[in-house]
Amino acid sequence: MADSILTPPSHTAPSAFTRAQLDWLPWLEPLAPEAMTERHLASLVDAARVKSPYFRLLARDPDALEARTRTDKDIFYNPDAGLPRAERELAAAATSRFNGCLYCASVHARHAATYSRREDDVQRLLDAGVTADLGERWNAIVAASVALTATPSTFGPEHVDRLRRAGLDDLAISDVIHAAAFFNWANRLMLSLGEPAVAPGS
Amino acid sequence: MPGTDADVIDALVGITPGSPLDAIRARRPEARAHAQATYRALFTPDKPGTVSAQERFAVGAFVAGLHGATAIANAYAARLTETGASSALVKALDATVAEATTRGPYGQYPAGPLTRENTAGPSYRMGAAGRAALGPRLTAAFEHVHMLVFHPRDAAPPALQALLDAGWSTTDIVTLSQIVAFLSFQIRVVTGLRTLAGRP
Repeated sequence: MADSILTPPSHTAPSAFTRAQLDWLPWLEPLAPEAMTERHLASLVDAARVKSPYFRLLARDPDALEARTRTDKDIFYNPDAGLPRAERELAAAATSRFNGCLYCASVHARHAATYSRREDDVQRLLDAGVTADLGERWNAIVAASVALTATPSTFGPEHVDRLRRAGLDDLAISDVIHAAAFFNWANRLMLSLGEPAVAPGS
Repeated sequence: MPGTDADVIDALVGITPGSPLDAIRARRPEARAHAQATYRALFTPDKPGTVSAQERFAVGAFVAGLHGATAIANAYAARLTETGASSALVKALDATVAEATTRGPYGQYPAGPLTRENTAGPSYRMGAAGRAALGPRLTAAFEHVHMLVFHPRDAAPPALQALLDAGWSTTDIVTLSQIVAFLSFQIRVVTGLRTLAGRP
């Protein structure tokens, strides 16, 4: 049978950025769990991701998926110094806000709020956008993420200087760069292979 | 572009062993190794399936060209030439970069409070000369790539249908999407780290 586009079931699309849990509905056929080889399953890295249509779709190219996921985990979860987890998540949320990925922004705004305990500031980023005033340190991180996300990049020495003045060392600045860069990867997959939906019952 | 085993990001940034950036990248060893593993998976895969090396490097050169990342684009274009790409293909690639380059991200939002953030911009369609030089598969890919690079929030099922109609399978589309998305990462890491090192 020729490959075809999937028509998502009836759902409510989110119309604003939110920290609420969203679903994601694929436009292309994910692998069926029972059709997945050991290689496909290993490429998920976390076995529980077999429940996710997003990861079962990406598992069609297992080597790319596994390398993507291991890159992601080190950028965001490596606890060795650098940028605090909350601010890595802030860079991810700001990038997703600027590119317009409601799904990615929801996940990483939730994480940023959880780790920073600054729910109001995170919500202001979602509601007002990337020019919201979140205090100078967060403003510097958001501005750097946005400049690097623009195509072509507008990231320059002035962004590095501002991050240094805000107290970031070079490892932390490298973490901002990697977190924003990674969400330029993630946003493009999430936005173009399916769509977000308001979770039933939420 | 160096050989497949040399770290591509290190090479493009100009990171030498023992330098400050070498030490910084060493603090995130899994990210460093797996960014390189992603490059290998997407550009020199063990099992290339039905996406050719020529298609992979043509898309790579196009993505980097659209970003205005000249040195990176030249590196991918050099690998494209090594695949035996015709001079007509390379010329069409250069012409398409020149014609299609704009500034992003722009695009539309669902109706509601975000409507005021809608930003207009072009949906790129290849001209007849480009279509003839690239053929139907790469023509469809380049039109999709332009959307992914500059206005990804405009993505919708008809864009994927256009790829299917041009002969890209579902699995091919996953690989194509990963190439564009991964390069959107790689180019920004290179740009960011070069700026951090004081040589933007």
